[in-house]
Amino acid sequence: MNKILNMVLKRLGLGLLTLVIVSMLIFIGVEALPGDITEAILGQQATEETVAAFRKELNLDLPAHVRYSQWLYGIVQGDFGMSLANKQPIGEMIGWRLSNTLFLAVTAACICVPLSLILGILSALYRNTPFDRIVSMTSLSAISFPEFFVAYILIALLSVQFNIFPSMVTLDEDMSFFQKIYEVFLPCLTLSIVVMAHMMRMTRAAIINVLSSPYIEMALLKGIDRRRIIVEHAFPNSLSPVINVIVLNLAYLIVGVVVVEVVFVYPGLGQLMVDSVAKRDLPVVQSCGIIFATTYIFLNLTADILSRISNPRLLYSN
Amino acid sequence: MIKLFKRSPLSARIGMLVIAVNLFVCIAAPLIAPYGETEVIGEVWESVSAPNSILGTDHLGRDLFTRMVYGARNTVLLAIGITALAFFLGIFFAFLAAVLGGWVNQLLSRSVDILMAFPTLIFALVVLSVLGTSVPSLVFVLMIPAATRVYRLARALAMNINVLDYVEVARIRGEGIFWVISREILPNTLSPLAAEFGLRFCFVFLFISSLSFLGLGLQPPTADWGGMVRENAGAITYGIMIPLIPAAAIAQLTVGINLVVDWFLHESAGRVPEEI
Amino acid sequence: MSDLKQLEFLLESNKISRREFITRVSALGLTAVASPFLLSGLGHAATPQKGGRLKMGLLGGSTTDSLDPAALTDTVQLNINWQTRNALVEVDANGQPVPELAESWEATPDAAQWTFNLRRGVEFHNGKTMDAEDVLFSLNHHRGEKSKSGGKTLLKQIKEIKKTDKNTVVITLDGGNADFPFILSDYHFPIVPNGTTDFEDGMGTGGYIISKNKPGVRIITKKNPNYWKSGRAHFDEIETLCISDANARSTALATGKVDVINRCDLKTVHLLEKSPKIQIIRTTGTMHYTFAMMTDVAPFNNRDFRLALKYAIDREEMVKKVLSGYGAVGNDHPITPSMQFFDKSQHQRAYDIDKAKFHLEKSGLKNESVKLHVAEAAFNGAVDAGILYKEQAKKAGINIDVVREPDDGYWKAVWMKKPFCAVYWSGRPTVDWMYSLTYESTTKWNDTHWKNNRFDTLLLEARSELDTAKRAAMYAEMQRLVSDDCGQIIPMFADHVMGASKKIAFDKVSGVRELDDARNAERWWFS
Repeated sequence: MNKILNMVLKRLGLGLLTLVIVSMLIFIGVEALPGDITEAILGQQATEETVAAFRKELNLDLPAHVRYSQWLYGIVQGDFGMSLANKQPIGEMIGWRLSNTLFLAVTAACICVPLSLILGILSALYRNTPFDRIVSMTSLSAISFPEFFVAYILIALLSVQFNIFPSMVTLDEDMSFFQKIYEVFLPCLTLSIVVMAHMMRMTRAAIINVLSSPYIEMALLKGIDRRRIIVEHAFPNSLSPVINVIVLNLAYLIVGVVVVEVVFVYPGLGQLMVDSVAKRDLPVVQSCGIIFATTYIFLNLTADILSRISNPRLLYSN
Repeated sequence: MIKLFKRSPLSARIGMLVIAVNLFVCIAAPLIAPYGETEVIGEVWESVSAPNSILGTDHLGRDLFTRMVYGARNTVLLAIGITALAFFLGIFFAFLAAVLGGWVNQLLSRSVDILMAFPTLIFALVVLSVLGTSVPSLVFVLMIPAATRVYRLARALAMNINVLDYVEVARIRGEGIFWVISREILPNTLSPLAAEFGLRFCFVFLFISSLSFLGLGLQPPTADWGGMVRENAGAITYGIMIPLIPAAAIAQLTVGINLVVDWFLHESAGRVPEEI
Repeated sequence: MSDLKQLEFLLESNKISRREFITRVSALGLTAVASPFLLSGLGHAATPQKGGRLKMGLLGGSTTDSLDPAALTDTVQLNINWQTRNALVEVDANGQPVPELAESWEATPDAAQWTFNLRRGVEFHNGKTMDAEDVLFSLNHHRGEKSKSGGKTLLKQIKEIKKTDKNTVVITLDGGNADFPFILSDYHFPIVPNGTTDFEDGMGTGGYIISKNKPGVRIITKKNPNYWKSGRAHFDEIETLCISDANARSTALATGKVDVINRCDLKTVHLLEKSPKIQIIRTTGTMHYTFAMMTDVAPFNNRDFRLALKYAIDREEMVKKVLSGYGAVGNDHPITPSMQFFDKSQHQRAYDIDKAKFHLEKSGLKNESVKLHVAEAAFNGAVDAGILYKEQAKKAGINIDVVREPDDGYWKAVWMKKPFCAVYWSGRPTVDWMYSLTYESTTKWNDTHWKNNRFDTLLLEARSELDTAKRAAMYAEMQRLVSDDCGQIIPMFADHVMGASKKIAFDKVSGVRELDDARNAERWWFS
């Protein structure tokens, strides 16, 4: 276990370094894009003198490295700074949206992760039967539809036609948990449909991949029930790729759902990030970027740890 | 090869047929299409029953069937190429990291962390403003995120295999790392990787169309299936089925490829006793 | 100057009252209908009902929105601005300036000095009484070295603003401008309390008070119980939701989640209209879409080549396919038929392959191939318009390559940088304003780099000309100059297309900007 702890500590340290590099790259990247916030906000009304005055007010006339260090210094002290566009504290802006994003991601994950694992195991168990074929075909067709299109179809059916679920999400602080769940039902369903196929197919493939291993044959020879073989022997040994794919999809649920946010008018982080990039509101982009990067680093680390735990040989290897 | 084909089940044959038809359409597009790729032949959203076209017309009055045919030509090969490239790079570096371990592993893995953590939107926009809107820059933008995901998966798979006894034995025997990679690790990770390929291909396909939101996708008036869904998507709310046609096209190809992948999975796990 | 025109000017500049105007017009033996200036005054049959909670789902809101009058640009900001604030002058639905916070105004005969008499006893939401100091502060907010306001250029013409007493403000211009009251109706110039530093609370004198403001998500305002205007601001509460997806907006309207939406998806609006509960509101405003050619860059420096391109565009097909019919063909100048001084005698340019070929031949640039830069950011459907144009011009032997540019950074990296690109203009209520915005050779936004001395001279002369007939003649000549010589291809004027529940009622809707000049919260009501 010490090994794991050691690895976690090392990786956390490297994670911090990664964060700094990512934030620096984002900073350079956004700086490299044409135009800056003053021109983005003034739009067609940008003239040299209004832009110059605006820049000065926002300290944009300082050299890039100075602005970056100022920002970094703020972050280290837990201060995300102010939005350049509307002077609101970024911490407040992001906090609310982050909780919305996480709420949607967690709800969707609670539905799709167990469901796709179960379907994946069943497909492996009954592979090449009509059940397997139908599950595969349906899920593959579903992921072939762009996510906004899945959303449109669900809205057309469940919202316009039958008027069961709201086509857009309105979240209020004083809503009960179940009201919230009802509000986010359609975006949640859309996301689940979009990510399920990937996890399900990988579970199925990984299980089939280990079925030829000697220990499975051994178990078979011992006369163990095939359902037990798959669930208790094959599945645990195929976990490593499955974990990685699940983690990739969880990350997607958090950072990649802009389109779903737009279609369902969901006030999440993705929308904020897109708006801020368009307006070149660097501190906000940076803060969103840091959150997304942290998500990836944290999830990748989790995947690596779980992979190691799931394979004792890895745990004790060098 | 022929023997292999003869052994293949019906489902795999259907899959192969689908892929073959798609490839044929890619190559013979100008011969099949009744009109020019960008030619305007009629009014907006004419229905299927219009006398001069098979599938009706799109949102600008161009022949939908023609656009579908050219869409295959423009995107299918591109998507397959990008996916293959992403797999080659992703798997290569992943196996290196897994086998060599140590600082190589750390360096590659943390670089991938950075690439993955870097927001795709900004990545696409920056590449675009540096490289301009061209097919190579498109390939780059699509390939890098796909390769990082492949890397994660392939490394996890390879690490699992790398600690098994027979790999240890091979190492002790003094085999080089490329021997270990090609003889021991690759064959034993192929089936999950093949499954990933079948899906990753579809993701790349959809990603091409979502990039056109940013103005980075294929240049208009080039037809692409994902873009055609997007251009006509609003109609579905009112029960007009036009956007379903290109969506169905993407679906048939995805299903076709995955039918072959399934068979491949089955083949490579061929030693599995039948009862399981 | 004809008597009627003179009376109209007097009315326009508030030298006489509407009642007096009617009396004098009658004295001339004319019926009131002869003058468009009266239409706004004649009450419509429907009487506004009070109450109700209005929900709007609008495109044009962003998380980065600020309510600083200097930084206003997009629909939602403008709408909230007019929900919470008033300006000195309001432009009514017929396009005429009417008093708002200024009770009346008068100009010196050369139209270079304007005196505004402020309305008395108007209170801000915080109870403070509005006076000349606030007006000075609000206007000066956009002036001076340090100002970063988008309205700065509009107020450049001001030499001095001073108050003569608590309720009178005198503005001296550096030249005559007969249209000056129009300028003060601009959304940049609402009156805010003197000394305001944080504008995000929307403090103003308007009909609604902000109760909740989450930029880019939703803004809730409540009726100002103390509102000084009578017969306006009928709703009890307004919820403004930012919905950027066109499909989400129309679904929200169809399912009754919102009562009003803007920018309907033109491709599906005819399907939306079939719903018995929904009305589509379209206004023909001043918004026009252009393809701008830089007249100092080859091959666009060749007048015949420009004309060839102007004849090679099928305006009818553009309106039909890009605007789904919700618009009107343009004639390569930015003046709409609804504007005063529009010269309708000018011939409408049509899609004429022979003439295009003739001018192409004459230009000597037969095998020239040009790149047209487009993006959805330029205007809705710009990419499609470019593709159609390419197909149309091909028939005249002109080769156009359509280059789609990224939406992001379009205005910085493409507009005014590439010699041939798509642009939209929301237009301005007066001819002078529109021309001095983009067509005068010295203006910052002269995106065609067009320099025409005759045009510049006429523009200056017309600006301070108070004789309407002479002014009209000058504007007619300028209209022709722009249409025939300038680098602007203007194939179409786009309607503002909005959707509303049938419960919503209104008088005549202004077409200057969408949503009744962004003042629908104040002007509309539930029937």
